[in-house]
Amino acid sequence: MSFPLLTATAVLPAVGAIVTAAVPAARRTTAKWMALGFSLATFALAVLVVARFEPNGDRYQLVESHSWIKDFGVRYELGVDGIGVVLIALTALLVPFVILAGWHDADPLENSSSRWRPTQGFFALILMVEAMVILSFEATDVFLFYILFEAMLIPMYFLIGGFGDRAHSGSDAAAATQRSYAAVKFLLYNLVGGLIMLAAVIGLYVVAGSFSLNEIAEARASGELDMATNTERLLFLGFFFAFAIKAPLWPLHTWLPNAMGEATAPVAVLITAVVDKVGTFAMLRFCLQLFPEASKWATPVIVVLALISIVYGALLAVGQRDIKRLIAYASISHFGFIILGIFAMTSQGQSGATLYMVNHGISTAALMLVAGFLITRRGSRLIADYGGVQKVAPVLAGTFLVGGLSTLSLPGLSPFVSEFLVLVGTFARYPVAGIIATSGIVLAALYVLVLYQRTMTGPVKDEVRGMPDLRPRELAVITPLIALLLFFGVFPKPLTDIVNPAVEHTMSDVEKKDPRPDVEAAK
Amino acid sequence: MSATAVHSLWTTAAGPIDKIQAPDIEYAQLAPVLIVVGAAVVGLLVEAFMPRKARYHAQVFLTVLAIVASFAAVLGLAEAGYGTTKVRIAAMGAIAIDGPTLFLQGTILLASLVAVFTFAERKLDPETHGTKIDSFVAQAAAVPGSENEKQAVKAGFTTTEVYPLTLFAIAGLLVFPAANDLLTLFISLEVFSLPLYLLCALARRKRLMSQEAAVKYFLLGAFSSAFLLFGIALMYGYAGSVAYARIADVVDGSIRTIDPVLADTMGNDALLLIGSAMILMGLLFKVGAVPFHMWTPDVYQGAPTPVTGFMAAATKVAAFGALLRLLYVVLPGMSWDWRPVMWGITIATMLGGAIVAITQTDIKRLLAYSSIAHAGFILAGVIAVTPEGVSSVLFYLGAYSFVTIGAFAVVTLVRDAGGEATHLSKWAGLGRRSPLVAAVFAVFLLAFAGIPLTSGFSGKFAVFKAAAEGGAGALVVVGVISSAIAAFFYIRVIVLMFFSEPKADGPTVAVPSVMTKMAIGMGVVVTVVLGVAPQYFLNLASQAGVFVR
Repeated sequence: MSFPLLTATAVLPAVGAIVTAAVPAARRTTAKWMALGFSLATFALAVLVVARFEPNGDRYQLVESHSWIKDFGVRYELGVDGIGVVLIALTALLVPFVILAGWHDADPLENSSSRWRPTQGFFALILMVEAMVILSFEATDVFLFYILFEAMLIPMYFLIGGFGDRAHSGSDAAAATQRSYAAVKFLLYNLVGGLIMLAAVIGLYVVAGSFSLNEIAEARASGELDMATNTERLLFLGFFFAFAIKAPLWPLHTWLPNAMGEATAPVAVLITAVVDKVGTFAMLRFCLQLFPEASKWATPVIVVLALISIVYGALLAVGQRDIKRLIAYASISHFGFIILGIFAMTSQGQSGATLYMVNHGISTAALMLVAGFLITRRGSRLIADYGGVQKVAPVLAGTFLVGGLSTLSLPGLSPFVSEFLVLVGTFARYPVAGIIATSGIVLAALYVLVLYQRTMTGPVKDEVRGMPDLRPRELAVITPLIALLLFFGVFPKPLTDIVNPAVEHTMSDVEKKDPRPDVEAAK
Repeated sequence: MSATAVHSLWTTAAGPIDKIQAPDIEYAQLAPVLIVVGAAVVGLLVEAFMPRKARYHAQVFLTVLAIVASFAAVLGLAEAGYGTTKVRIAAMGAIAIDGPTLFLQGTILLASLVAVFTFAERKLDPETHGTKIDSFVAQAAAVPGSENEKQAVKAGFTTTEVYPLTLFAIAGLLVFPAANDLLTLFISLEVFSLPLYLLCALARRKRLMSQEAAVKYFLLGAFSSAFLLFGIALMYGYAGSVAYARIADVVDGSIRTIDPVLADTMGNDALLLIGSAMILMGLLFKVGAVPFHMWTPDVYQGAPTPVTGFMAAATKVAAFGALLRLLYVVLPGMSWDWRPVMWGITIATMLGGAIVAITQTDIKRLLAYSSIAHAGFILAGVIAVTPEGVSSVLFYLGAYSFVTIGAFAVVTLVRDAGGEATHLSKWAGLGRRSPLVAAVFAVFLLAFAGIPLTSGFSGKFAVFKAAAEGGAGALVVVGVISSAIAAFFYIRVIVLMFFSEPKADGPTVAVPSVMTKMAIGMGVVVTVVLGVAPQYFLNLASQAGVFVR
């Protein structure tokens, strides 16, 4: 038997979480280094996964399959396609930065005498989330995926509720209330989605008699499994509802601004750049593959919802007074693009959506983490409390600008490539949708540049005076992210090479062919 | 009446009688019950003859020994194939020895063992007048707050009678799911109910509340027993027998010979419908299904917490066992009649329990309503009327009982000056002061909420899957919605424990003895193992999923 690389990639951070949690209370720094070490080792394994992966080989590679719960028909089945590979790499890449950026976020307050060990807990929970997210990208058994999809909520919930942003405008008690409100809202939204999905998972088993993606696909191909139209639609809706909450798609998005606003910046990155990707990933892998007919049936509505997400998220971002909530609404707009790309049902759209997941992860991480550094310095999340920062802390302002520009998809930075692909892919099938979606880019320019203008330019505010520039630790976080944004902006081929064959598979699942470019002319 | 007539009556009675047939009792197959009853009787003698100081240790030892021995007997029977290949009806048709019986008896015994550990806990309260005290009253007969009571406390009395009482209750619980005729069903119900009524009244603290709970439980319990008994009478009128197999034959219409005495009533569907409805009411009362759940919150709140845990786990297991046997052995022929009714009850129970639980402010009442909601989930599996339905219910019961006892055991630890601090507001910030206890309780709450990787999820998945395969897809959807509602209040407790600031005058967490630690530890281990690797236990449950008839 070959080495179970996929399992190892997921288990390593879980082991790291346990080890980190077990570090004695006094050895806080040891715990941090331990967590960082484990996350880097996980990244090394993820690189190995990418290296072993043959883009043009079988659909699912590095496959592992073991019996798990026979009575439920559940197998421990892992396998990655191109989409899974890049998302695993993204997750493993971002978590070390999240840990490094959150180095001091969970240090105990000086006046605290509680026996609660927040530091160890904080890093252990981050690693736990990483383990579950990676495994969920690898699962090819619907039940296994569902379990991870639900279980990852718990560590996430404690991260949001237990370790809030210390830069809060209100009193401590008010901050605690808002934080637990955000955490509960996050958990309830996702739990409701998950439970609806549970009904659909059970329904799928009753209909298909299996949880294995491969078996179901085979049965479908051979005509053994023939879902009634209505059944397929109901099951699709059950799955999609859960993923749309996780992604999040308008009108199920309202938990995200609360959660991202109240969490610390690194945790906010973990939410939007890592955990939420499971939602969009699952749309590609499960919704399209298991329920192709229903997916086509639902496409018009989903495209409209995605468009609303794009425009609505961007409009609300323009109106935000709180930096982190602004980034949250920008993310909602971007998730609209991703979902639009997936359901445009063109290969460009879906490749674009997959690239978008990666690029959005990197660019949001860059913007949010710099914003976090800024907020920690000033102790406020309100845009109005800043001004003229670029004169005091030029490097901070510069990196903030690059992160912002990548968010508005400036050509030359990687998000541009994916956004362009999504728009082209959408345009080929739904020209009107493509036009409306383009307005999201214009609005993005507005909210990013106005944010920069208000915080970084203008006269230096008194409270900002003397603000230190980025420290070496912070530079170590932000420099590689910016380098990646530039690299993939100029040279996205390594990513597209891996992603494209996988997208072709998905396209053939839904039996859609790209519309010919001359289709309009022929009419 | 003439003298001759009297004489003739006498002669008939005094005439040559047939030899009384000695009943044929399979002692070996009944060993689990007999061991427990025997130990209970010995326990009574211990109460009568042992010196007061020595009773506690003797009783705890005896009880634990009896439960372990009885469990060993169950294992032995299962090993010998009495659950699968050698299923039989024992004790002249009164007791069925089959897979469900053995599985449920094993579950009841394990749950009881863990519960007895929490009964025997004596380290939570400080010693008073030189004696260690447990959760039970010093002298049950002393009026609360009286001089009499003070003297009893001063003299260091403890109510060690709880152990024989518990053993009797366990004996009744063991017979209940195995009962194969309606009279045995009724008698075993009374055998476990009466000791439980008493146990409820024996709390050391908040005695008035405890006694009130006992009275409520007794009155409503008596009421439900009356229903059950009336139903049994009607059923006898319908079938001419109380034996399950015979009633089932009459329901199926496969019996042609009609007892002339009963010719008027036999096969009368009105009797069947009313009779079975009344019997079901009696059983649903014990299960705690809406609308027969009214006693649950008051009794759970008032009873001594270890007793609450015992009731919530073991009684529920036994009652569901009896319900399953009744529906699957006696009444499958009329499932078209009872299924719609049970649908309604299941939906009401799931939603009712979950919705009302949201407004609760007392942790014991909250767990009581949560147990009602869980009864609803289990009923969803009962309704399936398939072997998968049986095994899913068996699995759920096993998983649920350990979570429940563990959760109530944690409740006993959180204390302030007035004993257990059960008001939810007092639990604020528990996670900061005692992270371990709060984390353990959080695990139990997550299991109740059915989060994956806990036993609660495996169980819920099993019953919902069985229900969906049995054609009750709508029930699954309602179940999923009420799970979401239920999740809200479990999460609320977690928020309170971890994200709220501790109060200055908050409760302390007592350090328990190894007894309670074992109870809680077993709860956690079972919760995690059944969540991550349930296959072995699912196998057991599915092997045990066939009733003998």
